[in-house]
Amino acid sequence: MEKQIKIAKKLDLTGVICPTNFVKTKLALEDLKKGQILEIILDDGEPIRNVPRSIKEDGHKIIKVENIKNKFKILIKK
Amino acid sequence: MSSFDKLDIKNKKEQKKLNVDFAELKSGGFIKQNKKDLFTVRLRVPGGRMPIERLNKIIKIAQKYGKANFVHFTTRQSLEIISININDFNKLKSELKKIGQQTASCGPRVRVATGCGGCEYNARGIIDAQKLALQSDRKFFGIPTIHGKFKISFAGCHSDCTRAKGADIGFIGEIEPGWSERKCIGCGLCAKACLEGAIISDKKTGKPVYDASKCIFCGDCIKICPTSAMHEKKVGCGLYVGGKWGRHPRIADLITHLFPAKDIIPVIKKTIDWYIKNGKKRERIGNTIDRLGIKKYKNEINYKRSY
Repeated sequence: MEKQIKIAKKLDLTGVICPTNFVKTKLALEDLKKGQILEIILDDGEPIRNVPRSIKEDGHKIIKVENIKNKFKILIKK
Repeated sequence: MSSFDKLDIKNKKEQKKLNVDFAELKSGGFIKQNKKDLFTVRLRVPGGRMPIERLNKIIKIAQKYGKANFVHFTTRQSLEIISININDFNKLKSELKKIGQQTASCGPRVRVATGCGGCEYNARGIIDAQKLALQSDRKFFGIPTIHGKFKISFAGCHSDCTRAKGADIGFIGEIEPGWSERKCIGCGLCAKACLEGAIISDKKTGKPVYDASKCIFCGDCIKICPTSAMHEKKVGCGLYVGGKWGRHPRIADLITHLFPAKDIIPVIKKTIDWYIKNGKKRERIGNTIDRLGIKKYKNEINYKRSY
């Protein structure tokens, strides 16, 4: 099932602070078509607390969150 | 004789000469400055909200009567026109009245209610702090308490930017979360968002395990949840009484979580009445509570645990 998700773009936001990480996510999403998937990697702490909330407020859908060693892989559907 | 005593005598002489009562002036938001005949005029701006049109008119009035080339924004959201000559009082007051601008209260009275942006446009706001500040200001502004000042503050969320916990009575927006298992994808974001340790993500399923006793009802879990599995069950306020700043700061006592918004006006009224009845000269309600005990306050305002 998981392998069927087609990722259109990947963005590693490790070490990128708030709100730059959200702005970069926003810009990346702008390049995608509606329904396409963006994968981002976020740090623990402030980024994981803030970025998903802002993405939701902007009307995008988070479809998966995976915890990988103090980092988070997040799949966002535009 | 100290310079303060000299100033006091000077003030009394000025009062006699001008036939004005400085204490009376103070009640109307006119505050004596350190130079002869000059006063600060504090404007009543509940919730810190000022219509742009009125602000334009105030600028013109400040330019006309203020001897300073600036205005001052107070820590409690009021706007002060600086260095008004005592002889311009009446003209200034009538011009302010014409544009619908009142002056604030000083001394032992209920002060202008403060509020943050609230939920109207602020992404974090849970309650309509603006509307509530306006409502309570209309109801309680200027009421003499006899003993001391009485400040009312509303904060939209637990960031408490308006320092509701430092007010004589303060309200902080709260949400009790509900959880729909059917919608939950077990992503664990709610546990990440929770700073209180009230939500722990189940190791196997990732789904939330909620401990209400640790929850402060900030609503962060609801705001972050991608599927709306965490949702709003009940909205209310954290009710705080007895906060103050000054030379001996005191953080307000939490009376209850999730206090219903419809009971805000009645509880403020009961609290002011309680303070007038039980307070001593110059003491704030926080000191009255320390002296008589929080139980007495809770009992006498008919406090009920509302969740």
